[in-house]
Parts: sequence; structure tokens; C-alpha cells
Amino acid sequence: MAAPALGEWIQNLPGTNWEAVPAHRPVPRHVFDAAAWNDLIAMLAVADWELFGLWGDDDTIHVAVRDPGDGLLVVLSHPCPDKSFQSLGHVRPGAIRLERAAADLHALISFDGPDRRPWLDHGRWERSRLFASAPYPFLPVDGDGVHQIPVGPVHAGIIEPGHFRFHCNGETVVRLEVRLGYVHKGVETLMAGQPAFDAVKLAGRISGDSTVAYALAFSRAVEAASGAAVPARAVELRALMAELERLANHFGDVGAIANDAAFALLHAECGRLRELILRAAERCFGHRLMMDRIVPGGVAVDLDTGGADALAELVDELAVRLRHVVDIYNAKPSLLDRTTNTGIISAELVQRFAAGGFVGRAASRDFDARKQPGYPPYDALAFEVPVRRYGDVHSRVTIRVEEIDQSLGLVRQLLERLAGPAARTELRATLPAGSGEGLALVEGFRGDVLAWVRLGGDARVIRAHLRDPSWFQWPLIEAAIEGNIVADFPLCNKSVNGSYSGHDL
Amino acid sequence: MWKLIARNLLTAPVTEPPPPVSREALVELAAQVDKAARARLGRSLSIRQIDAGSCNGCELEIHALNNPFYDIERFGIRFVASPRHADVLLVTGPVTANMAEALQRTYAATPDPKWVVATGDCALDGGLFAGSYAVVGGVSAVVPVDLHIRGCPPSPTQLLSGLLALLEHVERGGVPR
Ligand code: SF4
Repeated sequence: MAAPALGEWIQNLPGTNWEAVPAHRPVPRHVFDAAAWNDLIAMLAVADWELFGLWGDDDTIHVAVRDPGDGLLVVLSHPCPDKSFQSLGHVRPGAIRLERAAADLHALISFDGPDRRPWLDHGRWERSRLFASAPYPFLPVDGDGVHQIPVGPVHAGIIEPGHFRFHCNGETVVRLEVRLGYVHKGVETLMAGQPAFDAVKLAGRISGDSTVAYALAFSRAVEAASGAAVPARAVELRALMAELERLANHFGDVGAIANDAAFALLHAECGRLRELILRAAERCFGHRLMMDRIVPGGVAVDLDTGGADALAELVDELAVRLRHVVDIYNAKPSLLDRTTNTGIISAELVQRFAAGGFVGRAASRDFDARKQPGYPPYDALAFEVPVRRYGDVHSRVTIRVEEIDQSLGLVRQLLERLAGPAARTELRATLPAGSGEGLALVEGFRGDVLAWVRLGGDARVIRAHLRDPSWFQWPLIEAAIEGNIVADFPLCNKSVNGSYSGHDL
Repeated sequence: MWKLIARNLLTAPVTEPPPPVSREALVELAAQVDKAARARLGRSLSIRQIDAGSCNGCELEIHALNNPFYDIERFGIRFVASPRHADVLLVTGPVTANMAEALQRTYAATPDPKWVVATGDCALDGGLFAGSYAVVGGVSAVVPVDLHIRGCPPSPTQLLSGLLALLEHVERGGVPR
């Protein structure tokens, strides 16, 4: 049966089963009763609607669902006063870990969930659920000669903590199971009750490598909720910072991937280029990672002409050096041998998990939040979204190189728009006193960051939720490594580069 | 590739002179002297980095210490893969409840003499995350700390001047507290 469009389907639901929530911007939010929730699950089994998020909130479970056909994004909220709800995990596997997190953080239980083991709760909080302190039951693997390799939470390199349980047969990985939650800091609880101007600092520290993307997503959600209009120059400065962040991370990671294949030359070169970007960021915005530079209503710093000139020069140098990097990468069969055909994440899996960023785009999923739903100033800028099909490490590297190219073009266009008379323009709008709810989707270097905020009248956060793109990428690493050798794991993992802190919250 | 190597050989290296040794750090480090430790360590330090709950911002700047601008290995400071090989634990983040035991165990697995450097504002007292149900506090809430390097995140230069102070302290035969 051909599934109807998401919007049309909702409108045709019996009016007694759902109602629209006013003051949720810019996308609609609807409250679904149990019957409508059941219908939703049945529809998800046949429709290609994507799960964009799932989070708890007192006695309600919210999901963000998107129709890839017309791009409609909606939040559907299901009140569950008895603290239990029917799982989406059977029809959307991306929901499974999010439901486990909702159980850990809000005691909202998916009573028929495919996996109900604790996730973020390791039994070490005062508020931990009783059974969470029991030894974590890893999935069993049986067979002749199968052995376990436990790795982490403290790893060998300079990376974040997580536990990887490998089951291997000889060199080949039979199953990898990832356990996360080690860096859970309780960010959403800390945010609740804070003024939006303080909470944005926490948002910018959910995943330090994406601090710009997070501050932007959170600020946009706050602005949507309160109805604030951001000054045009601030909008452009925000995009400039976001593209610099993307460039720095892409260069850094391309080098790190080469390093994991023991090719030190590219690592050194890319590390150098990344450093040049961070120094330019320090020069222009006063912070190497550009933390705390984006605030609700606008930005905290302006770009002076000297800074703009420095960036223009930097972009020219990066463009030249990018060509060298690509030439070297393509001319090294020993390096290509490591990246090609390694760690394949199929288009089907990417689709099923709605995995964003270069992980999705390396396997046919043509989604970039800057285009769809899109946000200013990108609607006025020319850029392409590179997409590949094969989904191996090589495809992910290639996508990132192509994205560097696009970002360099975006920085050039933004510099052009930001040039002009240095009139003292306004950079930050005051937030109107209105209360409300807002949602924002922002494309970070890793993929789409979703921010949802409920704001009180005094611009205080009542409840905020931030969903890292890694939620839908981490599960895929388990598939990517299957059948590969253990020695290729660092390469596979680095090519996906999930955020631990962003995921653990 | 040869073009790049040739160009890099023909131009001056990008590696910069070291920043001044942090005076604050020297003050914080105890001035006790143990010649035996000096003989054991010589002019080098092996660092094991532990993320005990960081937002990963600190890790990015620690990584940068290895890039050609800072090239930390020229000072005899290198990052090692196991606490068993380490003289220094470089700990970042507010310590989360879920990482406290792992941090303790890593500390226990590190042979003496050892120094703990708490890195970043979070590592000092939990930073913006202090007071959360899921956060134990700064690094000193779990293991003894010899040196704090401030910053959110500390820049590679700040990290380097702190670590060079530690190196100088160790060279003079300083012992952990
Ligand atoms: S000090 Fe700053 S950069 Fe470092 S972990 Fe804390 S918030 Fe992140």
C-alpha cells in the first residue's frame, strides 16, 4: 500500500484522538492519545517517515518525525500518565537507545521495547534505578573459537570514554557491541530553570567539537519559542563561524583517518591546516573553538576588517593545500587499500536509522539541514550537498573533502556579504517576553543537531532537549565493523567519529 | 607527495619556540626534591590522557599539541597508550559518576612516582557541570592532583607551558605530593 503523506495522514486521524498544540514553532506539535500513537506505529511500519528524535518530559514522550517526501517535520507527543508507552523500536531501530535513555532519565518505560537494558544509567547516581547497578548484560555470542576483546572505557588514544565489546573469531569481528553513557553529565537537568543566556553555555559544551552548531541550534530554538528576530549581520556571522567549525573538524578528521592507517604525512599536513583555522578563529572571534560566541538573539562578537582579510587569505591558502592533500591521498594505493571497501555502512541501514551527516551522505541519504528544512542565510547562498553511494571509509573521506570545498565557497560568499561599510549595526536582539516552545535543526560538521526548548515568560528554560547526530550513527558502527578485522576498527570508528559527550548528554 | 615534502624542506619549519614555563604551575608544584626519581625519569615524561567526563573540547586542544606548530615530542613529552607506561595522568572533564571508578582504577594502575594534571576548568571543580546529579566534581574529588591547568579549553600554549613547568620540576628531582 502506498503510504499517504505524513501531514495528510495526521489531518485524517479522528479528531478525538489528537490535537494541535499552540505556540510551538516553527513546526507543529500534536498531542496523540494511545489510539493515534498505535496508528503511528502501524504507519511507520509501511511509510518511509524518518525518526528525528525521541525524548521524555515528565509524563510525556515526544517524537520528531519527518516525511522525506515533502520534508514536513512534526513533533508528536504522547502523554503517558502511567509512565509507560508502546515502543517505536520495532519499526524504527533508531528509537531503541533513545527509549532506553528516556527510561533512565524520566522513568518513561517502553513496555514492549526490543531492548530494555539501562543505557545512560550505570547504577551510579543517587536517582539510579535499582537494577541498573547489576553487571551490564552484553549480548552473548556462541561458537567455536569465539573470544572476547573488551576495550574501554579508558582507551589507548586521546579520545572520549566508551566501552567496546568485540567478539572475534581469529582476526575477524563477529560482533561488536558498544556501551556508552560514561560521560553523562545531566546537562538537560542542569539547563532546566536556567535563563536562556546561561543555558546556551551548557548547550555549547554538550559536544565541544560542535560548540558552534550546538549554540546555534539552541539559540534558534529559543528564538523560535520567543519569536525573536535575529539581526541580518548576526545571521551571517553565525554561518561564518559554523563553516569555520566544519572546516576545522573536517581537516582534523581527514588527517586523523590517515593517521589511523599509519600515514603520518597527511596527519601532519591536515593538523597544520586545522591549526591555521583555529588561530584565525581566535584572531577574529576571540576563541579558538568559538565557544560562547553565539547567544540567543544574535552573536556576542563582530568581525573587523582585519579579521575578514585574514579569513579571505586563509580560505585561498586552504583551497590550494586541499588540492595537495587530495592528490596525495589519491596517489597512495597503500592508503586507499585501507579505506576502500572497509567499514561499509549500507544505504539501507542509513535510511532505516535516518543517519545524518557524512555517514548518511556517503550512502545515498541526501539530507543536509542547511537545505532542508533550511535556515538563513543558507537559502541565499550557493552550495551543493555532495552525496556518494558506497558507504565505506573511502566514501566518507571523499564526502568530507568535497564538503571542505563547499564550505570554502560558503566562507567566501559570507565574507563578501559581511564586507561593506562598517556601520555599527545591531548584533543581538533582545528576546521578547513571550513564552512558548521551539524546535531547531542545525547542520553541524557531524550531522543534524536537533534542539527543542520550552521557554517560560521570563526567557527561562523550562525544559530543553538536544539530540546529537551520533544517536543515529553509533549503532551503525556495530554494523560497519562486522566481518572486518579488529585492526581496522580505529579506521572505521574514526571515519564515523561519533561524539561520546554529545550522545551521553 | 614529494612536492609537499620538498616544499616543507625548503621552507622554514612551522614549529614555534616553546612558550615560557608557567610560573604559576611551578608554584603549585611542590618543591620537594628526590634525586632517585630524576635518575629514573631523565629528561622525558610519558603522559596518559584520561577523559573523565569532558565535553571533548579539552581533548581537541590536547591533540593539537602533536601538530607541527607545537610538536610536543621535541621536549621529550609523549602520549602513551597505557597507564602502566605513564608518569603523568592528564585528566580532563568534570568527573562523572559513571567515570569515577575508571579514573580511580587507572590511577591505581599507574606506577609511582606519578603526577596528576587536572586539565580544563571542569577538571578544577566541575565547572559549569558542578552540582549535577551525574557529576562527582573536579578531579581532586577522586584522585590527588599535583597541578591544575585552567582554561575552557586551555589553549595548546597554556597546556604546553604547564607541562614544561612539570618537566622542569621533575628534572630538578621534584616528587609528587
Ligand atoms: S573545560 Fe571547557 S572544554 Fe574542557 S571539558 Fe570542560 S567545558 Fe569542555
